Amino acid sequence: MNIIFNLYQTMQSQKLILMYSGDVTQEITRSLLAMAERKLEVAGEDPAIRRKVFKVMVESLQNIVRHAEQTDGDREADALFALGRERDRYSVMSGNTIPKSRVEGLKKTLDAINALDRKGLRELYKQSIQNTPLSAKGGAGVGLVDMARKSNGKLSFQFPEVSSTRAFFCLEVTVSRVPND
Amino acid sequence: MNTLQLEGTEDTPKIILNKADGIMEMSGRSLPEDATLFYKPVLDWIGLYASDPNPDPVFVFKLDYFNTASSKLILDVLYALEDIKGMRIHWYFHDEDEDMEEAGQEFSELVDIPFEFKLY
Repeated sequence: MNIIFNLYQTMQSQKLILMYSGDVTQEITRSLLAMAERKLEVAGEDPAIRRKVFKVMVESLQNIVRHAEQTDGDREADALFALGRERDRYSVMSGNTIPKSRVEGLKKTLDAINALDRKGLRELYKQSIQNTPLSAKGGAGVGLVDMARKSNGKLSFQFPEVSSTRAFFCLEVTVSRVPND
Repeated sequence: MNTLQLEGTEDTPKIILNKADGIMEMSGRSLPEDATLFYKPVLDWIGLYASDPNPDPVFVFKLDYFNTASSKLILDVLYALEDIKGMRIHWYFHDEDEDMEEAGQEFSELVDIPFEFKLY
């Protein structure tokens, strides 16, 4: 079995231009952002689109960092990040294990965000930055609101089971390649 | 009072807080690992400055990007500036950066300080 070829085929068919697996730290975030920025720049992508993708990537990666920290010392912080590019949009994808106990709460937050229109998201964002107490490293929830604002569709998510106590939080956010879409 | 000056990095903004020269500016990117920690000296400086501000003080924001954790701290910076007499904000954004323009407008709705929007 040729793993490399299989991976290559998967990346081609899924239109992935960047993929990372493992711990996500500030250093890693910086590196991934730099790589993505370079790729999009070299591809001649519209600067406004590049900026949006960058912003969604930051929040996506920092979301992983935050969730990994909340796993109560159980350092199973293995995560996955992928960036896909299709003809009309970019897909910013992330995944990380979380305790099953967190699924309900996260689902509620995500559903609430998806139920809002542009105006509603703007209001929620303003409320969130005023009210949510900042934990040591960052606020939960605000990042998701921000991603929804930068995205064109809704936040796509799933929580497939990993074990009896853990689920894999999958999140996909799309950014249109059509300016002003 | 002392000047606070920090060089910009890949994930933290350039900060110039200089009372003598009358320059208060934040520029570049803000996505620090610990936003609260990074912005603490800025808030401390403003707190001290507030007790004896210059006439017609202006705080300049020339940010390319800031993450959501930073947005809360930027709001804290604005709250700290709110109490200073005659304070004005110059909020810069690039021509095609609607997000940054919008962010400035949102901040201006949350604090009682006049904002001037400028292109660069």
